[in-house]
Amino acid sequence: MKIHGLSSASRCLAAEGGVRGLSSSSGPRVCIVGGGPAGFYTAQQLLKDAAVDIYERLPVPFGLVRFGVAPDHPEVKNVINTFTQTAQHERCSFHGNVNVGKDVTIDELRQAYHAVVLSYGAEGNRSMGIPGEDLPGVFSAKDFVGWYNGLPSNKELHPDLSFETAVILGQGNVALDVARILLAPVEMLKETDITQNALEALAGSKVRRVLIVGRRGPLQIACTIKELREMVNLPNTRADMLPADFEGIAEALKDLPRPRKRLTELMMKAVKEGGDDKAEKCWGLRFFRSPVEVLAGADEKRAAGIRLALNKLEGSGESVRAEVTGQLEDVDCGLIISSIGYKSIPIDPAVPFDPRRAIVPNEMGRVQDTAGLYCSGWVKRGPTGVIATTMNDSFDTARVLIQDMEAGKLDLSVNKPGAQAITALLQTRGVRMVLFSQWEKINAEEEKRGKSLGKAREKLLDVDEMLCRAK
Amino acid sequence: MAAFTAVRAAVSFTQRFVRVSRDCSVCPLYRLNVCTGAAVDGFSAPNRRLPKRAGWVDLLLYSRVNVVFIDRSGQRIPVKARVGDNALHLAHKHGIELEGACEASLACSTCHVYVSSEHYEKLPEPEEREDDMLDMAPMLQENSRLSCQIILTPELDGMELTLPKVTRNFYVDGHVPKPH
Repeated sequence: MKIHGLSSASRCLAAEGGVRGLSSSSGPRVCIVGGGPAGFYTAQQLLKDAAVDIYERLPVPFGLVRFGVAPDHPEVKNVINTFTQTAQHERCSFHGNVNVGKDVTIDELRQAYHAVVLSYGAEGNRSMGIPGEDLPGVFSAKDFVGWYNGLPSNKELHPDLSFETAVILGQGNVALDVARILLAPVEMLKETDITQNALEALAGSKVRRVLIVGRRGPLQIACTIKELREMVNLPNTRADMLPADFEGIAEALKDLPRPRKRLTELMMKAVKEGGDDKAEKCWGLRFFRSPVEVLAGADEKRAAGIRLALNKLEGSGESVRAEVTGQLEDVDCGLIISSIGYKSIPIDPAVPFDPRRAIVPNEMGRVQDTAGLYCSGWVKRGPTGVIATTMNDSFDTARVLIQDMEAGKLDLSVNKPGAQAITALLQTRGVRMVLFSQWEKINAEEEKRGKSLGKAREKLLDVDEMLCRAK
Repeated sequence: MAAFTAVRAAVSFTQRFVRVSRDCSVCPLYRLNVCTGAAVDGFSAPNRRLPKRAGWVDLLLYSRVNVVFIDRSGQRIPVKARVGDNALHLAHKHGIELEGACEASLACSTCHVYVSSEHYEKLPEPEEREDDMLDMAPMLQENSRLSCQIILTPELDGMELTLPKVTRNFYVDGHVPKPH
């Protein structure tokens, strides 16, 4: 049963011209920078009252829904249907292959539109800041996930999967996704939209043991229960936990709020039951450990292990923090994946940026000291949360923008040229835009290639190839 | 006149039902003790076949379920639905602002609603996958459910589904709802 998202309701309103009774040639024009969930959800709400243009750096839309959500979570990607309806709305235009900050500046966008919304997410990576981090064999989770999900800039990653043990730093959902993809039987992956080269690399992988390391304790683990349950239920694997890490946890259970309680109970069950001893693969959570150095092998050429510092917890409740004890532990491993968070980067010198928090400083989505500039999604709040979190946040920003329009804080009396002016500018600069109908050609090609391989789709990995298909 | 309308409703209901199942025991008319045997004799002379024990009003109302949605601004939106309707689909049909990002596949929590307490008890227990997704919903309460998993039955008549106020804008006084 296909259930349509909100856009069908908002489309009905829009057909009557919405609240403002606008026609397609005049009325407020808003520009959104970033074609991922934040961009599309913000657009969805704005379309009732404005014409919306979305600019995206890649030729293909959908951001982390395409490049971040794990291949074995296709239902999470259903949201693409809602985004597609939004893009196909008569007052919405998608412009792919446009690099805002390079091909066109924020100031040029602000001149062409009544308001600009920054929804460009977090493409950078928090580094561990430890010696040996740049040795071969060490990857950021962002790059590893980008590799198996077909992000063009990660296609040459070639991670070496010939080692028995992999260590992942961080215990959020991204860390658990990586662990699951490393240990899942190939049968579970071969019909998904995982890239063919990743599938082949994983089929030949020698990785049998994955440790997922966090600096605090079980009660602070950042993943959610769905992902943990998938690890517990993973075929042909067993859980390898340290009972010592769980001292005192059973007693704390009764006072926990429901989500934390259920998550902790599941972990305790994994500690107790462990799983099938005959399983050839294993995974384990390791707590109270922070990375201090990546150890090179005898030849000094690549990573062969990681040195962890043991912590103790100080404080209580939400402000529990890890403090060093001075004890160290070395773990032999050939694959190290750092999954400690994504990070936004500044897009344009004209936009304020807070380098400490790595977000655009804002008040409820209004960019500080800059009238007519807004933000939504990770670049506004920081890189945490699931699609639903970004959805609520984007709806908030849209609401604030509409309020500002109605309160006269944006000068709507002047007509703005919108995409007409920007398209002309881009043409003089030799930029080839990809419209949504052209993405649909790329989409059809990917589905066709996937079909011949028995997969949901085979993603194009090369921007030039995407542009070629888009003609 | 009204009785005749009731019989015609019963006949058309039976005609539709018979196409789905020829097993009398699952037919609501049979279970309500108002079966006129019309299906057996090919619907001849329907005028003479009035329901006997239960009132014809019960018959007309059987498949109808009244639901009230309470949107994020507190506005009450009464909706007429039928047994078997999916609550999320119903919300969309009536323009209620309830997202269903994953399209009812238990992979998100965007269709989260609060169920009126007397009807919450009448819902079947959530499966583990629904509970896992509910754990991620902001402002979870004891009467929280995912509306894509609510299928209407006659006992749910009068149910009220309230949309959670999830935006930060709402609690300007700093009030923090008690987490469950």
